[in-house]
Amino acid sequence: MGLDPVVLFFVFGLTAGLLKSELKLPPALYETLSIILLLAIGLHGGVELAEQASWQLLGQAGLVLGLGVALPLLAFAVLRGLRFDRVNAAAVAAHYGSVSAGTFAVVVAYMLAKGIEFESYMPLFVAILEIPAILVGILLAKGIARDTDWGELGREIFLGKSIMLLLGGLIIGAIAGKEGIKPLEPLYTSMFKPVLAFFLLEMGLIASGQLGALKQFGLRLLGFALLMPLLGALVGALLARMMGLSLGGTAMLATLAASASYIAVPAAMRLALPEANPSLSLTASLGITFPFNILIGIPLYLALAERLIAWGL
Amino acid sequence: MNAHTRTLLTVICEAALEKKLLADLETLGAPGWTLSDARGRGGRGVRSAGWEAEGNIRVEIICARDVAERIATHLQDRYYANFAMVCYLAQVEVLRAEKF
Repeated sequence: MGLDPVVLFFVFGLTAGLLKSELKLPPALYETLSIILLLAIGLHGGVELAEQASWQLLGQAGLVLGLGVALPLLAFAVLRGLRFDRVNAAAVAAHYGSVSAGTFAVVVAYMLAKGIEFESYMPLFVAILEIPAILVGILLAKGIARDTDWGELGREIFLGKSIMLLLGGLIIGAIAGKEGIKPLEPLYTSMFKPVLAFFLLEMGLIASGQLGALKQFGLRLLGFALLMPLLGALVGALLARMMGLSLGGTAMLATLAASASYIAVPAAMRLALPEANPSLSLTASLGITFPFNILIGIPLYLALAERLIAWGL
Repeated sequence: MNAHTRTLLTVICEAALEKKLLADLETLGAPGWTLSDARGRGGRGVRSAGWEAEGNIRVEIICARDVAERIATHLQDRYYANFAMVCYLAQVEVLRAEKF
């Protein structure tokens, strides 16, 4: 199988951006596409969740929450090892502890194209993984400082756009059920890939803009942004095996652990840790890690999941 | 025409600050404001507004000189160090003094 066409759209956007083409999508379209994707992912998960809800799932959700705390700590340790200062290391670590819903959409499309089954409640894990890293990042930077406005920060985190859309979709899907959702089904069946393709075209353009800043930060950041997704994927995949997820589920949790946020966390960090350099985090997560995961990472994580299962883990 | 002199304070900054900034304006007694999206280039490079993390806003406030100075000082103390932000004052003439 050659490259998935949605990935080619990403490469197209990246190339057009690097060539400094005039091509630009209106910002409102990018927002619209990301809203549709998040809702579609949420709805799909909700429909299946209603049929599979169990106590076991609650335990798994707890473990995933733990993963969300462990990942930023791991990232922070690596960053400090690379001699980044404390505040910037904490801010970047928060990005890498959290997840990218865009990367998740691509891994969903990838699994569907390959015909690999996965646990349909995965979107719930996306929502869970968005939250803890932001808090851990702030604590790593400042400790429990008095001047943090936790109320405002809580609103920013829990009522943020992507969490709202994912949870809203999940709940609507769960209430509506399989029959009720039929008229909306194209959102996550026939419409999903076209929307994802346009979204990735725009992501390619945005990512190319971030790459320009890489010169400024050099090899240390590049090294981190390539090393961290591999470490994260390994941790995520091992946890998934412990939880007894399927092959598809293992590869997906590995992908989630490998991905870095570029929407929810930058917005929260800008307000909570204004002294951190935002372009450091965005260059790493959007300029390097996102393209790496889309182009190379996802097939790699699937191979990792296959290998772990073959070893009987 | 009966014109009155007031001060126009223009603030251009990161869109991330919008909520905080508007809350500050309210507390500091701004009588009203006009907000628009903006893009441009400055000390922190090109701010293209191509997507949400690069968004910028421009807030215009017409008010009495002392209110404008109070707001400007507050912004300088609070945000200048860590955020992309400029603000400037100008004298303008308005028709209805009681509005500002």
